[in-house]
Amino acid sequence: MGKKQNERIMKTKIIDSKTFTRILNRLAHEIIEKNRGAENLAIVGIRTRGEYLSKRIAKTIFEIEQIPLLTGALDITLYRDDLSQLDKPILQGTEIPFDVTNKKLILVDDVLFTGRTIRSALNEIVDLGRPQNIQLAVFVDRGHRELPIEPNFIGTKIPTQKSDDIQVMMKEIDSEDGVYII
Amino acid sequence: MTETSTKKLQINHLLGMENVSEEDITLMLDTGMSFREVLERPIKKVPTLNGKTIVNLFFETSTRTRIAFELAERRLSADVVNFAASGSSVSKGETFKDTVQNIEAMKIDMIVVRHSSSGVPKFLTEISNATIINAGDGAHEHPTQALLDMMTLREKFGTLKNLRVCIIGDISHSRVALSNIYGLKTMGAIVSICGPKTMIPKHIEKLGVKVFHHIEDVIPNVDALNVLRIQRERLSANLFPSNEEYNKYFGITKKRLEKSTKPITILHPGPINRDVEISSDVADSEHSLILHQVLNGVAVRMGILFLLGTKTKTN
Repeated sequence: MGKKQNERIMKTKIIDSKTFTRILNRLAHEIIEKNRGAENLAIVGIRTRGEYLSKRIAKTIFEIEQIPLLTGALDITLYRDDLSQLDKPILQGTEIPFDVTNKKLILVDDVLFTGRTIRSALNEIVDLGRPQNIQLAVFVDRGHRELPIEPNFIGTKIPTQKSDDIQVMMKEIDSEDGVYII
Repeated sequence: MTETSTKKLQINHLLGMENVSEEDITLMLDTGMSFREVLERPIKKVPTLNGKTIVNLFFETSTRTRIAFELAERRLSADVVNFAASGSSVSKGETFKDTVQNIEAMKIDMIVVRHSSSGVPKFLTEISNATIINAGDGAHEHPTQALLDMMTLREKFGTLKNLRVCIIGDISHSRVALSNIYGLKTMGAIVSICGPKTMIPKHIEKLGVKVFHHIEDVIPNVDALNVLRIQRERLSANLFPSNEEYNKYFGITKKRLEKSTKPITILHPGPINRDVEISSDVADSEHSLILHQVLNGVAVRMGILFLLGTKTKTN
């Protein structure tokens, strides 16, 4: 996906950095509202960009509620159902330095597409313990689900062709905040 | 969904450390470190190799290596079949090739093999379609041991580049030594060996290692010692008079190590012969990483099985 960056291809910016921040703030507010505060909340992002999104949401929730959230990062590589069909991503490892049992766990990913990543993530979390519940927050819902999985919190819905590529960019590792359709 | 960094192993089988690139070794060590986290979980099992069948083909006795491989395989959810030469059709006169082809006909994906003859893993790649991992072949190579040794040293020192490592003991009979020499040299370490003249192969300097025959010459100038086991079962001729004699000249003791101005890290592939090649006060000291090597042994094997087992077959 990223390797095409240098070629000349159709690349349209859908969300700029200001809108990006507004969406993240709204997600943080929605999470607090739905959970009536931030008590017992933990937030876990799916690597790579879900992790950065989750950290930013945690920061915003702290600014609003003055409660620091437990944060973690999930690498779902070992739970994928298509491992031998892929160019293998580097195994970055899962870092969840707390017991997930009885936590209200917010699972964060950048793009929700087929739902298979979330399926893998749910399996992995269940192997780590038994959360009170798991809620899913995604920055972009682009449709084309192949599994019965729906998010609780949606940043933005973008109707796409199956062959499109949605790219979420984040300052932490990319040059800017934004969302592109390719 | 936006993962961009991908890396692939260049090798299709792990037969030895000879000719394995620095990139491949680094990838295997990094992946091994990632699996350390899995070993800390309440459920130390991931579904990665679900549906893959792995045969552990052990023609020689082994405790540590076989258990480490079996644990690694099961923790990746592979189906595991264990084969030991004794009690099998090998004792009924079946040839090695027939044995392997019969096992292969049962549709398997990977073979982990240990054999007293050098070159058996390579031969297996020619008669089988399975992915082959060498768990020790004769006095040739034992690559997973070298990888776990390197993983342990890299974890301790941060890098292997310019690390001064001396391998001590029976180099001639040691597959651990040869694999470590190849791997460490590729990673840029400064490797030396030390042992009785009867246990040092001729022309070994050609591999780029310095040869010593006196421990005292080695100790002031190393960061780590990899102390090999005296393998009584492999010694056909008497290469040294007695265990006591070996211990007197080559045994690693606290007193000897005190000649160094800074602490020296101690590795040993196990099982240890206490007070032969290593004294108890060294083996159990804070600078000994022997038990840490065992932990890393499971993690690095999970990494290797993961990298090779999920690799798309190109042939």
